[in-house]
Amino acid sequence: MRTYSELCKLTVRELIAALAKGETTSVEITQAYLSSIAAQNEAIFAYLDVYTQSALAEAAQSDERRKAGKLLSPLDGIPVAVKDNMLVEGRKCTCASKMLADFVSPYTATAVQKLRNAGMPLLGKCNMDEFAMGSSNENSAFGVCHNPWASDRVPGGSSGGAAAAVAAGMAPVALGSDTGGSIRQPASFCGVVGVKPAYGAVSRYGLVAFASSLDQIGPIAKTAEDAALMMSVIAGYDPRDATSDATLASDCTLRTFDSLAGLTIGLPKECFGEGLAMPVYHAVQAAAEQLRAMGANVVETSIPSLPYALSAYYVLSSAEASSNLARFDGVRYGYRVKEYADLDELYRKSREEGFGIEVKRRIMLGTFALSSGYQDQYYLKAQQARELLRYEFGQALSTCDALLTPVAPTYAYRLGAMTADPMEMYMGDLYTVPANLTGLPNVSVPCGNATEDGVTLPVGMSLLGARDSLPTLLSIAAAYERETKPNLGIRPYEHLRKGGESA
Amino acid sequence: MKWEMVIGLETHVELNTKSKVFCSCRTDFGAEPNTHVCPVCMGLPGALPVFNGLVLRHAAMAGFALNCHVHHVSRFDRKNYFYPDLPKAYQISQFYRPLCENGWLTVQTSEGEKKIGITRIHIEEDAGKLLHDDKIGTMLDMNRCGVPLIEIVSEPDIRSAEEAVAYLRKVRAILTYINVSDCRMNEGSLRCDVNLSIRHPGDPLGVRSEMKNLNSFQSVERAIQAEYERQVAALEAGEEIVQETRRYDQKTGKTSTMRRKENSADYRYFPDPDLPETRLTDEDMAAILAAIPALPDARRETYVQTYGLTPYAAEQLTAERWLAEYFEEATGTAQFPVGVANLLQGEVFALLSARAAEAEKKGESAPEGRASLPISPAHLAKLSDLIAQGRVNSSTGKKILAALFIEDCDPEAYAQSHELFTVCDDATLIAAVQQAIAENPALVESYRKGKLTVEKALMGKAMAFTRGKANPERLSELLHTMLTRETDQ
Repeated sequence: MRTYSELCKLTVRELIAALAKGETTSVEITQAYLSSIAAQNEAIFAYLDVYTQSALAEAAQSDERRKAGKLLSPLDGIPVAVKDNMLVEGRKCTCASKMLADFVSPYTATAVQKLRNAGMPLLGKCNMDEFAMGSSNENSAFGVCHNPWASDRVPGGSSGGAAAAVAAGMAPVALGSDTGGSIRQPASFCGVVGVKPAYGAVSRYGLVAFASSLDQIGPIAKTAEDAALMMSVIAGYDPRDATSDATLASDCTLRTFDSLAGLTIGLPKECFGEGLAMPVYHAVQAAAEQLRAMGANVVETSIPSLPYALSAYYVLSSAEASSNLARFDGVRYGYRVKEYADLDELYRKSREEGFGIEVKRRIMLGTFALSSGYQDQYYLKAQQARELLRYEFGQALSTCDALLTPVAPTYAYRLGAMTADPMEMYMGDLYTVPANLTGLPNVSVPCGNATEDGVTLPVGMSLLGARDSLPTLLSIAAAYERETKPNLGIRPYEHLRKGGESA
Repeated sequence: MKWEMVIGLETHVELNTKSKVFCSCRTDFGAEPNTHVCPVCMGLPGALPVFNGLVLRHAAMAGFALNCHVHHVSRFDRKNYFYPDLPKAYQISQFYRPLCENGWLTVQTSEGEKKIGITRIHIEEDAGKLLHDDKIGTMLDMNRCGVPLIEIVSEPDIRSAEEAVAYLRKVRAILTYINVSDCRMNEGSLRCDVNLSIRHPGDPLGVRSEMKNLNSFQSVERAIQAEYERQVAALEAGEEIVQETRRYDQKTGKTSTMRRKENSADYRYFPDPDLPETRLTDEDMAAILAAIPALPDARRETYVQTYGLTPYAAEQLTAERWLAEYFEEATGTAQFPVGVANLLQGEVFALLSARAAEAEKKGESAPEGRASLPISPAHLAKLSDLIAQGRVNSSTGKKILAALFIEDCDPEAYAQSHELFTVCDDATLIAAVQQAIAENPALVESYRKGKLTVEKALMGKAMAFTRGKANPERLSELLHTMLTRETDQ
């Protein structure tokens, strides 16, 4: 018999084993996580909506299936949380925006449907930056999310709620979305594993679009192995998404590397220069040494155009966002201003009041970048930079199996530390945006700690590879985890303990 | 010096695919509002477009039939603007890389044959419809959202309203031939925007105005005339023409300003990241080309060369595919093809338009296309031959045709059973002429006094005694001979 607190520390792999042995039930696991959410959500605010009743009902159905020997998948009965920009029929989908505060989804996203088809109870919807725009979760219209490692710090963003939920033991695993780092950066800030799959690997149908050519759904998990289990559930060609790629394998079975001999891991020199916090630099360099010690051939490489990635990303993502978010006009659904003189004012005021400051900033930026007379200087130049990056990454990956970089230039910073200067916050996406611009798969894995003002904070490393390399990247990460035994879940239960509770 | 009008047309044509261009909703016209909708065509958050491959095939076929260069690769762009009938606030269209470019068609006008250039044909999605109600306010019907359209953009080669209408008729003829659209202007499946400017011949192009969404050939013709006159009056009064969009009012017959260019939207076109490029292989293209039937121009040539029809008659009979096919089937069994052509263009067309007018009066919809003509081509061919051979005269032919319209049957058998064959034997005809002369002495008297036109009246009387069945030539001949003899005495 395990306590709820123990259940919340287990990995998905461990939960699957416990279920298989009959040591626990899906209802018990789900109840454990719901209790953890009940105890911590007020302090962390990882969830915008918690599906207590339906989650328990779904868990009970899973237990029935288990008794009948009719499991839907290996993950049947494992509860899961979903970022609040994916549609679940009959549930609110707010995108953490006043614009969609009361929007109820009339259909279910493909990725979420796949969770359902796998028999995974839905715990609820996670907090995020409004419309996934932000790197700190401070742009949520409903309130900031706190980092479980230090509640005065940000969890990262935009999938801050999903990362915080996994790190705090409020979900065994979660789905986030990543347009420029929105899964990987919060995963690194919260000490968990985040995966941005290759573009086209996971269907975007039912994911509220931010930047269509960059958006991908991916898992946030405690370990690389858990992330791989989730990938096998959510990946695969979807006829409803014309950008979904039928040539990518949906199976994400990992290899067990006894040694990394034969693998070449490149360190792009542009990623270890100016602007990188020293503890991050040291942690990632130490990880490189570790991988070398495990047999990998670690080499220096170069992506000369990397300095253009950030500008290209902000032009392209904002341009696409300006078009994608135009449908929120107050006419058919979503926020509508109460009083307006005419149609123009209905549009203007509904959007002015419905969107937050960061969303409006990106819409303005993107609209400008696409305007006639400016498109050549901004949008087209950014597309050229994107092509260049694709080429250079292709070159680097022709000799390397993976590229190792920091996930972010810093570890979790204090709430409010970056809000004054948007540019400074944008700089934090430097290492993550290339994977979106190039469509390559990229994983974020905890690789050490930084200590600041007596607080221990996690640091993440990024492994990036060729389009079909995700199983390899996660296999390397899993081998690394086995060697280094990262401090899984040391901080996550801080709040439970501080509250004097023990479930 | 006379002002010349320079016209370019943008024609929007709804393709007749069963499902919409980016989702599987049905496209039927006239369904209950908002019943053929889904998250995709309603532009709901998270919904994504998936391209209907049949639309590509239809659009490419239209391109080939209009002599365009059809590209192996084309791409979709977003045209961004806010309007309540556009649920995504952008229209998926093709701006930078349209499917078809550099085509042409020819039209026959009173001035002869003319070639009109086609700049491009691109694929796009239709918007919804706003329904205005005084009590309820404005409502939105999204059934039309996502219905596939092609936009055909002509070169500014058109110089008159007549040419504009001839161009539209030819576009309609060709597209209905290849069966990619039903091209019904009254249902909005063919809509036209007119760009018009004026200049003195040889001068550079003038400033143009655009008239949007004209929905009948007649309003295209009238709008062009009205706008031409407005521009001429303005320039001759020393005013300037401004680039703008104008509305044509059918009631007043005038055009008025809708929006000026300085207020026009910047559509911020950019490639739609949700949709991959469209691709056609050489094999795809060959298959599409092979499926194109003989088009109106080719058939018109055949009709002139083989059947000896006039170019005008041939143009009329090739205006719609069903009609051309009907004509060809009928001529296959007829001994005198010209007779079939005459019968179709004369009596059959008259009957068809009379029926359509009658149905319209009753507020019903008359059958269209082949269904509007309930006579088998073989029967029509036989009737045509009976007339050509003089076995029934033309007025009896009309009666038989009307009867066949009500119930199709073998015209020869019908004539037989109703005793409608022409009376040719002189004895009967002479008796009729004699009776006419005997019973109308007053007419004969005025003929004698030199009023020769009464011969016609006497002819009618004589014909009536044969119950209209006399061979008119022989009857006329006999009457003339007998009248001349009478008056000579």
